[in-house]
Amino acid sequence: MTIALTVFLAFVASTLGITYWAAKRSRGASAYFAAGRRITAWQNGFAVAGDFMSAASFLGLIGLIALQGFDGIFYAVGGFVGFVAILLVVAEPLRNSGKYTMGDVLAYRLQPRPVRALAALSTLTIATLYMIAQMVGAGALVALLLAGSGIGYNTAVVGVGVLMTVYVVFGGMLATTWVQIIKAMLLLACTVVLTGLVLKHFHFHLLDFFGATSRIAYHQKGELVVKDFLEPGLHYRPPHGPLDLLSLSLIFAFGTAGLPHILVKFYTVPNARTARNSVVWAMVVIGSYYAMTTILGLGAAVLLGPDDIVAHSGTNMAGPRLAQLLGGDIFLGVVSAVAFATILAVVAGVMISASTSFAHDVWTNVIHHGVERSPRESVAVARIAAMAVGAAAVLIAVALGPGSNVLILATFGMAVAASANFPVLALSLHWRRFTTAGAIAGLTAGLAATLALIVAGPNVMGIDPPGAISRHLIQARPWFPLENVGIVSVPLGFLAAIAGSLVSREPGAEAKFDELVVRANTGLGAERASG
Amino acid sequence: MDSPQENRPSSSTPGLDWARIAGSQPFKRLLAVKRMFIIPALSFFLLSFMSFVILVAYAPKLASMRVIGTVNLAYLSALFQFVLGWMIAGLYLMASEKFDRLTKDVLAQTDRGKIDAPRGAGE
Repeated sequence: MTIALTVFLAFVASTLGITYWAAKRSRGASAYFAAGRRITAWQNGFAVAGDFMSAASFLGLIGLIALQGFDGIFYAVGGFVGFVAILLVVAEPLRNSGKYTMGDVLAYRLQPRPVRALAALSTLTIATLYMIAQMVGAGALVALLLAGSGIGYNTAVVGVGVLMTVYVVFGGMLATTWVQIIKAMLLLACTVVLTGLVLKHFHFHLLDFFGATSRIAYHQKGELVVKDFLEPGLHYRPPHGPLDLLSLSLIFAFGTAGLPHILVKFYTVPNARTARNSVVWAMVVIGSYYAMTTILGLGAAVLLGPDDIVAHSGTNMAGPRLAQLLGGDIFLGVVSAVAFATILAVVAGVMISASTSFAHDVWTNVIHHGVERSPRESVAVARIAAMAVGAAAVLIAVALGPGSNVLILATFGMAVAASANFPVLALSLHWRRFTTAGAIAGLTAGLAATLALIVAGPNVMGIDPPGAISRHLIQARPWFPLENVGIVSVPLGFLAAIAGSLVSREPGAEAKFDELVVRANTGLGAERASG
Repeated sequence: MDSPQENRPSSSTPGLDWARIAGSQPFKRLLAVKRMFIIPALSFFLLSFMSFVILVAYAPKLASMRVIGTVNLAYLSALFQFVLGWMIAGLYLMASEKFDRLTKDVLAQTDRGKIDAPRGAGE
């Protein structure tokens, strides 16, 4: 295990070095919040990938595929599809018409105080859901990485919390971006090697590999079954399964384009053209990564077996244990360290989006009525917010303890993004008649419906048999039958936003539509790069 | 360093006649050309993704049909989503060369555009 520790400590040391360098370079608000808008296309592409590929897409996804076969692979496809919408309709207009947050784009035509307050609320909700997922992953990983050292889940969670707070508080967006770039490269390299090792096991005969995945034997409710893991339906079974899958796909198609920590990355580049090229870089990195994770997940199902995965520390550890099987303890160490780096990078990204939103949307624009604060003050507020958010996330993660699959937890955050953020963002950029009332209705309905349905659904409510390992939070029959709420909450978010606009009239917002459209499409008056 | 622009609320840039630019021929042409690409490309991709979803959700028998060895239609359709996404990205990059040229036409027409464009770029 010393190798694992060495790799991990080397990563931490180099990221702290980056943070020190970034802290010395970073002067002023645009440097702190948007890395001076000087990140290049490939850098931002890797940073977006590093921001997006979380503990969920590594630890959670491989485990899910190893247990659910094709139904897990569905998540791999879903993680990628959202980027097409980002490329075609979100990245460039956002870069051209905003400054630091999604709230900027909404506040453009609408009354800034209510829409910024709600945009910040939904940003902070998504950030919290995402961060809990990452923290739980970090704790589970440390239990494996430092097994026997006496460092447990709680210590690990606090450690992650302190580290990411250091990155964000001292290094701002510049340090966060470089931590994400390095992490994306490490994760991609690890995935390539691990995929190679899986295929090498089958002497690089792809058909032999898939042949083995077509007859996987494991125990289901005490009975030995043999299943083809490329067949859909292992998890999402009738009566509600198909609808659940449809629901999940809506979350994927629109959720990514509403994730605040992804959206803020497009403010770090000098112009819309670079934003566009960076999305394409991100699509190449993320697409190849997810395509390879299908091999890793199926490989874990074949080589470890679902029974073994369930018996040993649960779904989140299937990937690292596959690495141990194929590459020994040294490779396990490397992979675990990279997985830990993944978590740090994502948490730092989520945290900076949350603290930026608080400083810029809430402090400057809601509390101080849009009178621009001094750069020193807004950066100070963001730093305090970052510390508060970090402390809150640590407390929640410790209180929840290591438990459910981290991918499922992260999907909740994405559901809020798809139902609350995406509808108002899309309508604000493309619909002249959109009003403040519509934005308030859309954000409120999307956020409330998503959270309420998750709480009323089978992820939170359920009756566990005595002696079950993981227990539902509420011991009662679920009121809402679907695990994924998108099929109700996404249309509801859109309908509320449209209905709210139709029952109100806002000539000011309509008059400013021309300005927004011209700015969004030409970059006239867009924020410039600065030191 | 922060430019003075930093301290101004970004929602007020007086002096430009936005409605006039929005109504001008070059700008209308830019929007039309963009829409001609973006709307079909996005619709096609979403249609392809939703067909994939409906295939695996509602026609699991068909999705489980083996095509090459034990590799079935479901897995091949999953991989196809990646390939299609990359193809659309490539086509969009090519098409965007034209968008950028048309954007220059709009900016050339706007006097303020010429003054605004280099401002702050080298700070």
